[in-house]
Amino acid sequence: MKSGVRSQESGVEKYEAVIGLEVHAQMLTDTKIFCGCSTKFGSEPNTQTCPVCIGMPGVLPVLNKKALEFTIKTGLATHCKISPYSRFARKNYFYPDLPKGYQISQYELPICEGGYIEIVADGEVKRIGITRIHMEEDAGKNIHEGGGHYSFVDLNRAGVPLMEIVSEPDIRSPEEAAEYMKKMRTILRYLGVCDGNMEQGSLRCDANVSIRSVGQKEFGVKTELKNINSFKFVEKALDYEIRRQIKVLEEGGKIIQETRLWDTATNTTQSMRSKEEAHDYRYFPEPDLVPIVVNQEWIDEIKSTLPELPDAKRERFVTQYGLPEYDAELLTSERAIADWYEDAVNVGVQPKAVSNWMMGELMRMLNEESKSIEECPLKPDQLAGMLKLIDDATISGKIAKTVFEEMYRSGKDADTIVKEKGLVQISDEGAIEKVVDEILLKNVKEVERYKAGEEKLLGFFVGLVMKETKGKANPQILNELVKKKLS
Amino acid sequence: MKLNELTIAELRRLLDNREIKPHEVLDDIYNRIDSVEDKVKSFITVTKDHAYEMAKNAEQAILSNKQSLLTGIPVAVKDNMCTKGILTTCASMILNNFIPPYESAVTARLKEQGYVLVGKTNLDEFAMGSSTENSGFHTTRNPWDLERVPGGSSGGSAAAVAAGECIAALGSDTGGSIRQPAALCGVVGLKPTYGRVSRYGLVAFASSLDQIGPITKNVTDTAIMLNAVAGHDPLDSTSAPAEVPDFAKFLGQDITGLKIGIPKEYFIEGMDKEVDDAVRSAIKKLEALGAIPVEVSLPHTGYAVAAYYILATSEASSNLARYDGVKYGFRASGGKDLLEMYMNTRSQGFGAEVKRRIMLGTYALSAGYYDAYYKKGQQARTLIKQDFDNAFKNVDVIVTPTSPSAAFRVGEKSANPLQMYLSDIFTISVNLSGVPAISIPCGFTKDNLPIGLQIIGRHFDEDAILKIAYAYEQSTEWHLRRPQL
Repeated sequence: MKSGVRSQESGVEKYEAVIGLEVHAQMLTDTKIFCGCSTKFGSEPNTQTCPVCIGMPGVLPVLNKKALEFTIKTGLATHCKISPYSRFARKNYFYPDLPKGYQISQYELPICEGGYIEIVADGEVKRIGITRIHMEEDAGKNIHEGGGHYSFVDLNRAGVPLMEIVSEPDIRSPEEAAEYMKKMRTILRYLGVCDGNMEQGSLRCDANVSIRSVGQKEFGVKTELKNINSFKFVEKALDYEIRRQIKVLEEGGKIIQETRLWDTATNTTQSMRSKEEAHDYRYFPEPDLVPIVVNQEWIDEIKSTLPELPDAKRERFVTQYGLPEYDAELLTSERAIADWYEDAVNVGVQPKAVSNWMMGELMRMLNEESKSIEECPLKPDQLAGMLKLIDDATISGKIAKTVFEEMYRSGKDADTIVKEKGLVQISDEGAIEKVVDEILLKNVKEVERYKAGEEKLLGFFVGLVMKETKGKANPQILNELVKKKLS
Repeated sequence: MKLNELTIAELRRLLDNREIKPHEVLDDIYNRIDSVEDKVKSFITVTKDHAYEMAKNAEQAILSNKQSLLTGIPVAVKDNMCTKGILTTCASMILNNFIPPYESAVTARLKEQGYVLVGKTNLDEFAMGSSTENSGFHTTRNPWDLERVPGGSSGGSAAAVAAGECIAALGSDTGGSIRQPAALCGVVGLKPTYGRVSRYGLVAFASSLDQIGPITKNVTDTAIMLNAVAGHDPLDSTSAPAEVPDFAKFLGQDITGLKIGIPKEYFIEGMDKEVDDAVRSAIKKLEALGAIPVEVSLPHTGYAVAAYYILATSEASSNLARYDGVKYGFRASGGKDLLEMYMNTRSQGFGAEVKRRIMLGTYALSAGYYDAYYKKGQQARTLIKQDFDNAFKNVDVIVTPTSPSAAFRVGEKSANPLQMYLSDIFTISVNLSGVPAISIPCGFTKDNLPIGLQIIGRHFDEDAILKIAYAYEQSTEWHLRRPQL
């Protein structure tokens, strides 16, 4: 079934979910969108504020050009049209974390419109439309601590630039929604416009959800879900909400248009406000900012700075390096991982070998220490250097694991480690033969059993030789020698 | 002759020749304030100690020949422009304790030019009004007749200049708030082109209409003040990167052959006969000076007041949302929750007219009404702009009365907001279209009340206005009359 709600509940099969996502992405500009204050996360409350971002009387906003550039960049990367003429609008409402009593946003004329991104759903590539991307300022934070009859307001976040990316209602299941979020995050991180950190709130998501009978064209009544601020919650919250709506309809009820809040404590969605209680934001054009006029020349210039995007990179990894889709997908999930990979391959080693080591040992060790690839103590050419030692039979694959760990911990090159620890593989047939002969002499009984047909004892002999040579014997030569001697 | 009675240009010469010292000018200013302020009430805050400090610096500058345009000149500033460390109230209870930690762009520029701040002048609360009767503190009186209003909203600034309590002043003009009080007080007031002067630090009433400008005793001083404050400001996105000429150089230029447009829609039924006569004779005078009167039409004039009161109140409803009692200014006590705190603060902190306009604007922007009001207002604004564009294809300036009547009595219109709104009928279109306009004295009623002549120019063509205003002024003596107090 298509709804993605895999359950045996009654009626589920009859329905299809229709989902649209509104993603808020904090931009990685150094300064706020309308003033020069720092956007750094985690500073002491109200230390990154000025008269402009705390909305004192008489001050005026000035647009941060970098925020505009980042939004255009995102628009271009998601196949949007960039409007040559767009403008800001005021969204009016009262809340203590909103110092001016209005948020400067875009309404009628957003900067980007009509794009899409591609996700993989049920093994097939699916396009999710992007309705629009617009710029706006973030609000501050209310802090309810201390238990007094008051709350605190921290305005460090007020004025941090946000992009709101609104999707078309093209998403049909919680899994697709999660895929969409992941893909969007990857693109934003590739572009370097947002760090994509949902836990810290630099990437946030609201969802519009409705259900309809399979085959029905019209949309059902939608609810808006808020507070789904982790990848895990995107799927969970949508899953819950779809089931809830199905249950309401199955019991003969009606869906009410409302805003619902995802409650992480109960894993349910709770009604926050109905359509009647919805704010009237009284949008009107922001008179303190002139309309944004963007010329094609600048758009082209920004276009020329676009990095290779994840889809293109993945395809290239498959064709250029002969990698399986799975490897390519993983290696291109982060731009830094892909760069690391290519830096290693470019030294001149087997692409698939690099992939195996990265996806295996390297990722395992990074994960153990919760490190990102940027923090990896190992350099790509060090891995390549080690792979060369395997290629030219200086070390065995088994020894390589030891070398790799040592490289990771000490930062020394594979060459140095192999020399220092005497790990060079013994490929001298004579030397290996000597050890093999010794071992066979010492284990006469086992030799007889082998000859009597117990062929699995081959491994026993090989193991003993390896032990004796501290693992340095060339495994291929060793295997052949043992077989020859015993035949 | 007392020094406070002189103009900027006259004082500049005396100061630069070291015949007088800045503190001597200040002495005369504050003596005058001491003797008339009780009656006129131009000021909300008088910054005497601070002024003498500034005068000291001015004296140093003059002694080391480093004087600028306004070194040692006492200037008053309307109390809706932020002055760092000095109370800035907007004549509102809601800002009755607000001391800005920053300087407005205009006062920063005046500082660079060496000015001495006399004090902060009274206004209608948040610049909403035409009489200063909406001030949260007190009503300023017209120096020509203390029973009458000085006009508004820059009534404090205009009255202070007319009463000799300062040499010049800054006002702000959203729908006529510089020109109308200048006319009613018999002084010169200029609203520059929208974008000519930075609005940074001007507490916003209606952002797309507000513009700061000078109020002075004559046209020469207006040019000097404009030179001091005009020019692009990177902190105000709506300030224009247009080149700023030396405005003084246009004074004295020949006006022969200049075409002055007379809009038929501005000479209407119900206009005060004396005003009508004075303006018509001013036009005759300009004709005698070589200008060519041409009848023009501004066909959408009739929509101006309605469009203005929709657009200005819409913007105001949003601009004034920040006064919520949370971060600064007045906070009402006793609210049991956040909403009550908001409501009590705003109910007690704002005056009746401000609340009326917030409600009007909120309504005009509301879902379901936006198209019928705000949008229509914007469309009317576009048509009014086009009227001016078309008219200026054929004429260099447009000449009209500044206000349909001379100063009215205190209380005469305050009970009837619509009547009050109509006193801006000739000035509002100028703000809607963004063009510059000046009001200069052009006569007196038989009751000895000043009458103003408005000269409107093309965008960024303050040159033409100043040229014609100066020519007219030089051939008349209206500007030399001073009220007896």
